[in-house]
Amino acid sequence: MSSDTESATHAGQHHGGPRIYTANLFALLFLTVLTVAAASFNFGSANVVIALAIASVKATLVALFFMHLIWEKPVNAIIAIAGFLFLGIFLMFDFLDVTSRVNYLPNNMPQMQNATPAPDSMNPLKTPAPQPFAPVPAAAAAPAAPAEHK
Amino acid sequence: MSTTTTDVHAHGGHGEDAHNSHHQHHFATMEQQFDTAKLGMWLFIVTEILLFGGLFVGFGLMQHQYPREFIEAHEHLKQDIFGRLVPLYGTLNTMVLLISSWTMVMGVNAARTNQQKKTVRYLVITILLACVFLCVKYVEYAHKFHDGLLPGIFYAHQSEDLIKGTHGYATFFAFYFMMTGLHGIHVLVGIGLLSWLAVRTKRGDFNSEYYTPLDLVGLYWHVVDMIWIYLFPLYYLIS
Repeated sequence: MSSDTESATHAGQHHGGPRIYTANLFALLFLTVLTVAAASFNFGSANVVIALAIASVKATLVALFFMHLIWEKPVNAIIAIAGFLFLGIFLMFDFLDVTSRVNYLPNNMPQMQNATPAPDSMNPLKTPAPQPFAPVPAAAAAPAAPAEHK
Repeated sequence: MSTTTTDVHAHGGHGEDAHNSHHQHHFATMEQQFDTAKLGMWLFIVTEILLFGGLFVGFGLMQHQYPREFIEAHEHLKQDIFGRLVPLYGTLNTMVLLISSWTMVMGVNAARTNQQKKTVRYLVITILLACVFLCVKYVEYAHKFHDGLLPGIFYAHQSEDLIKGTHGYATFFAFYFMMTGLHGIHVLVGIGLLSWLAVRTKRGDFNSEYYTPLDLVGLYWHVVDMIWIYLFPLYYLIS
């Protein structure tokens, strides 16, 4: 009875208990074994998705039960979710950028020791790097413009 | 005695709270004080998520740039005692950190129910598990150093399989050491914080009314665990 009054001091907040924590630990250990087992099969590109999905389930279990989010006031959960939301925006725009570019490594990036020499077409010193958004030279653009008006 | 009476009046008759020596006078109740500290901790956790998030995004970009080299380097991380089948060090460390998260939450729970001796015991186990994690990390790093699998311009691996197109491998190991290293620093900081808490608990600083530092360091420790939950599949499993 005394432990009941003690846990009720924080205005009736619940914090789970040893039983829930232990069950959560076993769920997490099981998911770890599962993700290692899943990685030994070849599902092609789905392997990444499966591994990250299991990792996200594990992270959610840690946040909900070990970090007490499920019993907390919602403001803490809102902050945590906002963090992941902004990370998602960061991730999304970076991948939009990468998938729509021709080359995105800096042209002055030093070559490594031991590296196999890049072909001349890749060497910025010998050939100018492709510039997808380079302005059209005036000489080339000038004859084309009147042609369109005819 | 007179101060106690004014306290009781000032806090609107919250008798229990007013008697608590940890109660700072600018908070109406102990509960408000606890919630405020917790809110601040969650804001800090978000900065941690974004700190590691940036590294994860960078890792994703470079994996996109060097897909073949990254996969071959992944395969190399898996070569442990059992050959190519199981990433032994990574799996072991995942288990160790998960169990340490459990001992942490059990320690906080023991403090909340006024079982100080139990709390100290759980904290010490958590510290030991963190040390096991770092020992495994040491073995892993020593192996990499020996093989010359170092980041950036220090990359000096001399065997057949990982020599061609060194740029991608060097980049992979730059990210590997940066991310696991930063995580390792977080574990070290955690050991320091947990030791400080174990001493304070032993001294009798905490009870069911006041255990805020334990709770907040617990949150920090779970974040360290959570980051590893994502590091593990990205570095040791994907192939």
